[in-house]
Amino acid sequence: MAKLTIADLKKIKEEYHAGQALREGGFKVKITVHMGTCGIAAGARPIMNVILEELAKSGRKDIAVTTSGCAGLCSKEPMMTIELSGEAPVRYIALTEEKARKIFAEHVMAGKPVKEYALVVGHETTY
Amino acid sequence: METYRSNIMICAGTGCVANGSLKVKDALETELIKRNLQKEVKVVLTGCNGFCAKGPVMVVYPEDIFYQMVKAEDVPHLVEEHFIKGRPVKKFLYTPPAQKDAIPVMNEIPFFKHQVLRALRNRSLIDAEKIEEYIARDGYLAAAKALTEMTPEQIVNEVKNSGLRGRGGAGFLTGLKWELCARVSGEIKYILCNGDEGDPGAFMDRSIMEADPHSVLEGMIVAAKAIGAHYGYIYVRAEYPLAVHRLQLAIDQAKENGLLGKDILGSGFDLDLEIYQGAGAFVCGEETALMASIEGKRGMPRPKPPFPAVKGLWQRPSVLNNVETFANVPPIILSGADWFASLGTEKSKGTKVFALSGALNNIGLVEVPMGIPLRTVIFDIGGGIKGNRKYKAVQMGGPSGGCIPESLLDTPVDYENINKTGAIMGSGGMVVMDETTCMPAMAKFFLEFTEDESCGKCVPCRVGNKTLLTILARITKGEGREGDIELLLDLSQQIKDTSLCGLGQTSPNPVLTTIKYFREEYEAHIKEKRCPARVCTPLVKFVVNDEKCKKCGTCFKACPAGAITWEKGKVAYIDPEKCTKCKSCIKSCKFWAID
Repeated sequence: MAKLTIADLKKIKEEYHAGQALREGGFKVKITVHMGTCGIAAGARPIMNVILEELAKSGRKDIAVTTSGCAGLCSKEPMMTIELSGEAPVRYIALTEEKARKIFAEHVMAGKPVKEYALVVGHETTY
Repeated sequence: METYRSNIMICAGTGCVANGSLKVKDALETELIKRNLQKEVKVVLTGCNGFCAKGPVMVVYPEDIFYQMVKAEDVPHLVEEHFIKGRPVKKFLYTPPAQKDAIPVMNEIPFFKHQVLRALRNRSLIDAEKIEEYIARDGYLAAAKALTEMTPEQIVNEVKNSGLRGRGGAGFLTGLKWELCARVSGEIKYILCNGDEGDPGAFMDRSIMEADPHSVLEGMIVAAKAIGAHYGYIYVRAEYPLAVHRLQLAIDQAKENGLLGKDILGSGFDLDLEIYQGAGAFVCGEETALMASIEGKRGMPRPKPPFPAVKGLWQRPSVLNNVETFANVPPIILSGADWFASLGTEKSKGTKVFALSGALNNIGLVEVPMGIPLRTVIFDIGGGIKGNRKYKAVQMGGPSGGCIPESLLDTPVDYENINKTGAIMGSGGMVVMDETTCMPAMAKFFLEFTEDESCGKCVPCRVGNKTLLTILARITKGEGREGDIELLLDLSQQIKDTSLCGLGQTSPNPVLTTIKYFREEYEAHIKEKRCPARVCTPLVKFVVNDEKCKKCGTCFKACPAGAITWEKGKVAYIDPEKCTKCKSCIKSCKFWAID
């Protein structure tokens, strides 16, 4: 390997930090793909792939992608919940790959929820 | 660069590796491939996570979930639940002692919550064997700044103003040490790192060398520039094979990338570092003995002055700092002296790493701000005493330190306040003892250690410690004499005052502090021929105390020699003919009913 200069050092830092950022917290967006048996059967896996692909393209370091189990509305799977910090979570239903891409572009990147695909805004309560 | 949605950080410190963490890693990788998740979930080996008691441990990001005691056979279940169904697996979550609910998130667990990570800033966050991961966390930027933007005087002043003191135990101002050496003229100077951690129960430096070796190298680069050294050694004991391996790897990577060697980062500054493996002699942690050892001589200290800053290794001006001290340096250069000094007490700034061991629930490696009460470290972070027993004392500073009793638990942890108790800050060993520890026997244990490790060069240490041990041995055998306590005190003071090096000057501390705080135990041994903790076998009667016995029969079940007779509702009886004095009954009895 060639000798590093200070500029190289900073480049490596940028490059690798992107891959490591998810260990450090401070996320602005949390994307949850619901991957219970129902979700997987309905096609949650391609949705997850699309999200990860878009995430890589965006280069954003402040987005956490995670999975959860069955959300309880099995007939409307695949589903995904997007939570921007400081805002109520939005749950999207009956997703396709195109819908997922649009949601990523508009809601995650631009901060505008895609109302026509959304089921509900806000947290579930138990009372 | 691939994007992963999750990183599993598996601890590969010595403790977790011994518990099988590498097998867990293999199982995880296999299972992820099987589930076709290998491109979404990345498995990373890290250095010591700190929570060694619960190993093998792992942290899953981005959720920050802490899993403990995971075995290879548990992995398929874990992957299915966590990575496919997205729910943390309760079975492997940590539950604080005496509580019902598990705590999934790492930084909400009391063990982690009270810690402030500076020397351990990359803990569970990087792969110790990849230089890129260190660089991604601001690695070598401090070296770059020191080499290109700062003069040696500026570096010395920054470190001096930060108030950083030697983390090896003596607590000498690091910046001042550098300044003394920088002022000495000389073509050849040496920068040295002391990784000869030898206190029983101490593993701070090992963990840093294993988890973040580049932080040590970077600290050394900064120091080398400050004093004008172009060559250095890292002295590590050969009993630390993993630390040696990772340090060597780090040195090789740094050299390959031009971060060590000639013209570092194009700055024109040269520095070469080399590991020197020590054979594990305790005295080689003493600076002049360490240097003698590197020179190929027998590891023995010499009188000071001349101090190493003037005449050190090969008679050249040298600076020797501890591993943790060096690890603290890069953030000081990057964030400044004021940032560093914002934590801590008046004369002790920053944080200190401690290795918690002994009778605690949460054994492990912790980093806390200076000034934190000892009680918080032992009861909140350490989780209190194991098995519902009572706290008796904590030994701080290993064989050179002393014990601190319950009445002083509110002592703030800093150099001055710990010294006032008779113990020392030391390099960071905290061995916690419960009521089943006999203090004269504990003092004897440490004296056996120092007697063994004394290099024999000076009489007070060689003969004095031997004599202390002889007196302690007869006390614990029930042959103590009237006046032995006074003799111990007198001799201890003489050894402290007249020994050549730090080993002898501190070795009587365990004797002095145990007498200071637990004198009644010594008196019980000498005058009543009784060991209150039931440790010293010749002083235990092996007779059931009728008044204390609750007739539960636990001792009867525990006795492997069939020496105990017991019936429901009756006091147990130990047959002295059959009793082998193995103490199984004493260990099993919850009521201290066996005298």
